Amino acid sequence: MMSYAETAVSAALAAGARYADARVMVSRAELVAANNGEIEDVRQTEKAGVGVRALSGSSWGFFAVDDLTEAGARQAGERATAVARASALVAGPPLELADAPAATAHWDSECAEDPFSVALSDKGDLLVAATLALGRAGARLCRASCRSWDTEKWLASSEGHRISQRIRECGAEMSALAVGDSETQRRSYPGIRGQYGTRGWELVRELDLVGNAERVGEEAVALLGAPPCPEETTDLILGGEQMALQIHESVGHAVELDRILGWEAAFAGTSWLDLGLLGRLRFGSELMNVTADATLPGALGSFGYDDEGTPARRVDIVSEGTWVGVLSGRDSAAAAGVPAGGMVRGDGYDRLPMVRMTNIGLLPGDSSLEEMIATTARGVYMDTNRSWSIDDRRLNFQFGCEIAWEVRDGALGRMLRNPTYTGISPQFWGSMDMIGNESEWVFWGTPNCGKGQPVQVGHTGHPAVPARFRDVRVGVRG
Amino acid sequence: MTDPATIADQVLSLVGGAAEARVVVRRHASGLTRFANSFIHQNVTDEATVVALDVAVEGRTAGASTNVTTPDSLAALVTRAIGAARLRPVDQKWPGLAPPEPIAPSEHYDGATAAATADDRAKVVASFVRAGEDLRAAGYCETSATESVLANSAGQVLRGRASSAVLDAIHRSDGGDGVAVQASASIAGLHGEAMGEVAASKARRSASPVELPPGRYHVVLEPRCQADILDALARYGFNSRLVEEGQSFARVGEAQLDRSISLWDDATDRRAVGLLFDQEGTPKRRVPLVDAGTVVGLAHDRRTAKAAGTSSTGHAVPGGETMGAVPTNLFLASGQDRPEELIARVERGLLVSDFWYTRVLDPKTLVMTGLTRNGLFLIEDGRVTRAVGNLRFTQSYVAALAPGNVAGVGSDARLVSTVDCIHHAPTLSLRSWSFTGNARG
Repeated sequence: MMSYAETAVSAALAAGARYADARVMVSRAELVAANNGEIEDVRQTEKAGVGVRALSGSSWGFFAVDDLTEAGARQAGERATAVARASALVAGPPLELADAPAATAHWDSECAEDPFSVALSDKGDLLVAATLALGRAGARLCRASCRSWDTEKWLASSEGHRISQRIRECGAEMSALAVGDSETQRRSYPGIRGQYGTRGWELVRELDLVGNAERVGEEAVALLGAPPCPEETTDLILGGEQMALQIHESVGHAVELDRILGWEAAFAGTSWLDLGLLGRLRFGSELMNVTADATLPGALGSFGYDDEGTPARRVDIVSEGTWVGVLSGRDSAAAAGVPAGGMVRGDGYDRLPMVRMTNIGLLPGDSSLEEMIATTARGVYMDTNRSWSIDDRRLNFQFGCEIAWEVRDGALGRMLRNPTYTGISPQFWGSMDMIGNESEWVFWGTPNCGKGQPVQVGHTGHPAVPARFRDVRVGVRG
Repeated sequence: MTDPATIADQVLSLVGGAAEARVVVRRHASGLTRFANSFIHQNVTDEATVVALDVAVEGRTAGASTNVTTPDSLAALVTRAIGAARLRPVDQKWPGLAPPEPIAPSEHYDGATAAATADDRAKVVASFVRAGEDLRAAGYCETSATESVLANSAGQVLRGRASSAVLDAIHRSDGGDGVAVQASASIAGLHGEAMGEVAASKARRSASPVELPPGRYHVVLEPRCQADILDALARYGFNSRLVEEGQSFARVGEAQLDRSISLWDDATDRRAVGLLFDQEGTPKRRVPLVDAGTVVGLAHDRRTAKAAGTSSTGHAVPGGETMGAVPTNLFLASGQDRPEELIARVERGLLVSDFWYTRVLDPKTLVMTGLTRNGLFLIEDGRVTRAVGNLRFTQSYVAALAPGNVAGVGSDARLVSTVDCIHHAPTLSLRSWSFTGNARG
C-alpha cells in the first residue's frame, strides 16, 4: 500500500506541487445495537482509498479517490495539485511548514483481544442481557451498543516520511430512558458517549455492562419523581465523566490553533484566547494542569504518528492555571511560530487532515470525590453529561447532566432532576478549588467530536477526575 | 468506471436466493472550497462509489457496506452481510422489502454543477470576498453530485441523480460578523457578490454591540434560524419512532402550533434538493405534517409504518434502524409580510440572523439551548437600531411556535442548509423567546 502513497506524492510533485503527502487507508468498522431485549442493528463497513495533499505556492489542494491502483494514485496526486492551483485564485500569505523530521516507522496500538475476533453472537448476547437488566425497574427504552474499528494507514510525504500504523479501537455504551407525562429522564453508563479506547475487547469486558444495568435503570425511573435542580448560585461538584466533557468543550477546542488563527471562524468558530498572551494568560486556578498527550496507552486519542508524520507527544496546555500550549499542525504551528504539535488527523482517507484533539486531560490532584462532598456545606453534585452547548469563542457554556444530588452539610441529599450549570470558561476554571486524585483518573473516550467542512468525526481522549467549583450558576431554565 | 446499475445487479446475483436483499450503489463526487481570513485555506475534492447491502435471512437482518467494487470485494460484502445475519436472532420488526413502485419523473440535477471544478468554486469565493475588502471573509462553497441506484430482490429498481450547490459564509468586522447563505441544485444559483454584500453590510452594522440582560424578548428570526428549528422538529418531533416511544411532543389531530404555521415535507417540489426515493426504496412525495397549526402527519419508514399499521412516507435514512424516520426536505409555509413589515410591528425585540450550537435538553418538550451568532440586532419602535452582543437562549421550540405566539410569517421563504439537510423557510416573528445568558454568563 505504501507504493500507492509514494506514487501519489510523486505525481503531485511532477504536476508542480512544492510539497505533497498522501495517506492510503483501509478501515473496517462494526456496530451492534440492541433495544429492549432485541438486536436492533448489525452493521459492518469497509472503506479504502488514497487522499493526497498538495501545496502549491501558499495554497493547499486535496483530492481523494477510492481507486487503489497505480493509475488511481497517480491521478489523485495530479488532481490534488490542480486543486491547489485553484486555491491560489484567492491566495493567502506565504505559508511554511514547521519541522517534522522524516521517519520510516511502523506503530500498532495495544490490543489484547481483537474486537473483530469476538463473535457477533457473543456481542449480541451481551447487549441483549444488558438491555433486559436495564429495563427491570420499568424504564421504557433500554438500549446498548458496541462499536469496533480497525484502521490501517500508510503515509508518504515528499520530505521522506514513510510511516504505517494499525489502530484498533472499541467500546460500548448503554442507556435507560424513563418516559413521564411531560418529560423524559435518561441514565447512561458508563457515560452518555459510552467508553471507548485504542484497546481491544478487554475494554468492553471491564465495563461490566450487565452488572451495572439494573442500578442505571432504577436511577432513570427515580429521576422522574425527583425534584428539579433549583436555580441558584452554589458550589458545584462534577463527576469525572462530566469533567471529560467540560475539558473537551471549554479547554480542548479553545486551544486548537486553527481556531485561534481564525481558520475555523465560519463554522466551528474562533477562540477567546489571544496568542500574544500564550505563557501569561490565567486560564484557571493553580490546581489546573492540562496536557495534550497522544502517548497514553489505551486512550482513545492515542497514536504513534499524526497524519503529517509528526511523532505522538505530550504537550503542556495549562500549567498551574496558566495557558502555556496549543494544539497544532505543521502549517498552523509555522504561522504561529511554535513547534509542530503532532495533532493533525483526518477522518478517513477522504478527509483533509486537520488539527484535532489527542488526549486532552486534567492531571489529577490530591483530593477525592468523598472529600469534596464532605467539605461542602451547600452545593450540588452532578454527573453524566446530557446536553452541551458553548459559544463560538468557547467562552460561554451551558451544560446539562443526567443526574444530580444536593449536598448539605457534607453529605449527599436528595436526587435532583434536570441539572444544568452555566459559566464563562476562565471564571469557571478559576473557581476550581478541589480536584480528584490519581485513583479516580479515568481516560474517557469521545468517539464523536465533530469539526471541519465536510464534517469530520474525530476520536478524542479526555483523562479526567472529579472536581469542585465555587459559586456556579445552576438550574438554568427557559 | 462500472455503471452503478451493473454493480447492483452483480450484488443481487451474488446474493441469489440466500436472502432477501436490498442494495444501494451511490456514486458521488463533491468539492468543497473553504476560506478564512479572506483566502482559500482548505480545498477538497473526493470521488467514491459506496455499495450498501441490507439482507434478511429468514427474518434475520444485517447490513454491510464497502467502497471497493472489485468482484472479490463484492463477493466478500455479500458473505459478510449474510454471515452476520445468520448469527443474530430473528428481527421482529423487519418490515420486508419495498415493492416495485415508480418515482416522480423529474430530478434535482444540474450537469454543470456535477462538472463544477475547483476553479468554478474559487470564482464564487473570490466575488464573495471582494464584496467586503475592508472585512475578513470566511465560509465555504460546495458543489456535489450523486448518482444512486437502488435495487432489491422484490423487483424494485430505482435510479436517480441529484446535485447541490451551497455558499455559506460570513464577513467579519472587529465588532461582529454577518452571514449570508445560498443553496440550490445548481451552481448558477449561487451569487457570490450579492451574498458578499449582504454579509458585509450585516458585519459592518454589527460593530460596537451593546450588551442586553437575559430575559424574554420578542424575536424576528431570519430563515437561517428556521433551518435549526425545522431540523429539531424533524428529528425529535415528527419522527414517528420517537412518537411511538413517548419522546415526542407531536400528537396527530391536535392544534399544538399557531394557526399561521403549516409544514410539509416534499422532495418532489421543484425548489427542493436531493434524491426522489429514500434509503429503503420508497418514492418521495409530499407529506403534510402541520396544517394551520394542527399536527396532521408523521414521518415513517417501513419499520415504523409496520409498527403503526400504516405505510411508509418515504423517510428512511441511513442509520434509521436506531434513529427512526426523519423528514429531510421540509417546507414551512410563507406568510404575507416582507421581513421589514414584520420588524415594523415590533415595539422592542431582537432581530436574529443565526443560531449556533443548539442542543436538546428534553426531546419531549423540545427545550433547546443554544446561542445567537453572525448578527444580532435590537429592534426599537419598529426599526433596527443597533447591534447586540450574542445571547444564550433556553427555549422550547414547540412553545415558541405555540398558538398565539407567532406574530407573523414572512413572505421571503428560501432554501436554508444545515449540516444534514436543506429546508425551505421564511422569516418568523415570535412574541416571546427566552434568553438565559449573555457574555457575562
